[in-house]
Amino acid sequence: MRKLKAQIIDEAGFERTITRLAHEILEKNKGAESIVIVGIRTRGEFIARRIARKIEEVEGVTLKIGSLDITLYRDDLLGKLEQPQLKGTDIIFDLNDKNVILIDDVLYTGRTIRAALDELIDLGRPKTIQLAVLVDRGHTPHPGGLRGEKRPHEFERIDQSSCQGSGRRGCRPAHAPGTAGLADS
Amino acid sequence: MPLKTKHLLGLDGMGREDIQLILDTAVSFREVLERPIKKVPPLQGKTVANMFFENSTRTRLSFELAERRLSADVLGFQATGSSVSKGETLKDTARNIEAMKVDMVVMRHSAAGAPHYLVRVIEANVINAGDGGHEHPTQALLDMYTIRERLGRLEGLHVCIVGDIAHSRVARSNIYGLKTMGARVSVCGPSTMIPRDIAELGVDVYHHIDDVLPTVDALNVLRIQMERDAGRLFPTLREYHNFYGVTRQRLEKAGRAITILHPGPINRDVEISADVADSEHSVILQQVLNGVAVRMAVLYLLSSRN
Repeated sequence: MRKLKAQIIDEAGFERTITRLAHEILEKNKGAESIVIVGIRTRGEFIARRIARKIEEVEGVTLKIGSLDITLYRDDLLGKLEQPQLKGTDIIFDLNDKNVILIDDVLYTGRTIRAALDELIDLGRPKTIQLAVLVDRGHTPHPGGLRGEKRPHEFERIDQSSCQGSGRRGCRPAHAPGTAGLADS
Repeated sequence: MPLKTKHLLGLDGMGREDIQLILDTAVSFREVLERPIKKVPPLQGKTVANMFFENSTRTRLSFELAERRLSADVLGFQATGSSVSKGETLKDTARNIEAMKVDMVVMRHSAAGAPHYLVRVIEANVINAGDGGHEHPTQALLDMYTIRERLGRLEGLHVCIVGDIAHSRVARSNIYGLKTMGARVSVCGPSTMIPRDIAELGVDVYHHIDDVLPTVDALNVLRIQMERDAGRLFPTLREYHNFYGVTRQRLEKAGRAITILHPGPINRDVEISADVADSEHSVILQQVLNGVAVRMAVLYLLSSRN
């Protein structure tokens, strides 16, 4: 594993960010009635589950949660020597007229989100798609206008030790620290 | 973990991991087929030529649909009324099609080994859609997918292939694939339809269908191919039906739930009785649907391997 330059979020901070995102989502959508949660595989899925659990706790409701495998919509498939393995999209509910909360761990180039938007729109006709990410690295050259807050920084670490199923989380170069944003697409 | 091969010529010699990868990938495409928009973009910009030198409706349509649902551009080609009837060789036909910048070729041909020859003369990925009496790998893969979907596994199951084994490429591919996946495979038919040395492939041979039913989990019932002069292999269709037809009485006597597969098109009341073909044990129409997903998986996995 590469040497960490800085840890930008610890377990307690992670928990606080999840809580804040959950409240932001509720505030923006005036409750949980119209929302469905979709996590981008693989890491977004875990965060989606955490956020959904928090919202369910606060509102006393049961949310619909799905996961999205964007592999088939990637824009770099043609150049690849081998096809990435498919994990499968698992959304067994109707997206029509729903406010879809799309969740991923890190926003960087926006390519993943572009692919996710294309796939979601093929799956149904949501009323809105709102993006929630744990960390916005503040560098989105990809067209689409998705942006959270930006702050200069160098390294980030997402500590998901409290997430289910995680085991191989490392560090990656970053541009912005632990700013989690909710943005309309 | 990618496929170890650039072409899909047959299941003979294909490893367990490769078969497993194709079947697992097909699960994702099966989900795509349930969506309101049944189309995904991974083969955008690729061109696939379907070269069918032999008649086919089901397989050709299934491949074509799979290609379109992956957003590939599709070239159709049928031997009748084409340059083949003007005497062009397979090599020249294929090279001319490839000159149009085709990335993948799906071929059916009446000669066993034709796709094996093709990979030596062109660069494109080649998928065998049936070569003579040799192999029909995508049919066997969709059969295995369907059995796995219905029964949850392949390993340890007993699958019996009933009918004209000697002239069946479907039987051969199924035997190779199922054996690799750890199933017990048997064949059943009159001795005129069973190759003498078939046991060398590691299958059990039965000449009476009632002997095999008590232990079998799935029956793959082959079509009696009247167009290939099947009439000389047994006295009458009625006699064949009496001895080998899969009927409700036979299945009830066996006293177990047996999954019924058939590669189609079916001859009702010849190799299979109409009520069995339409019963809840029959997965014949699921096979057709799964065929599209399995072919999508094969095209997707091979498409990057140039």
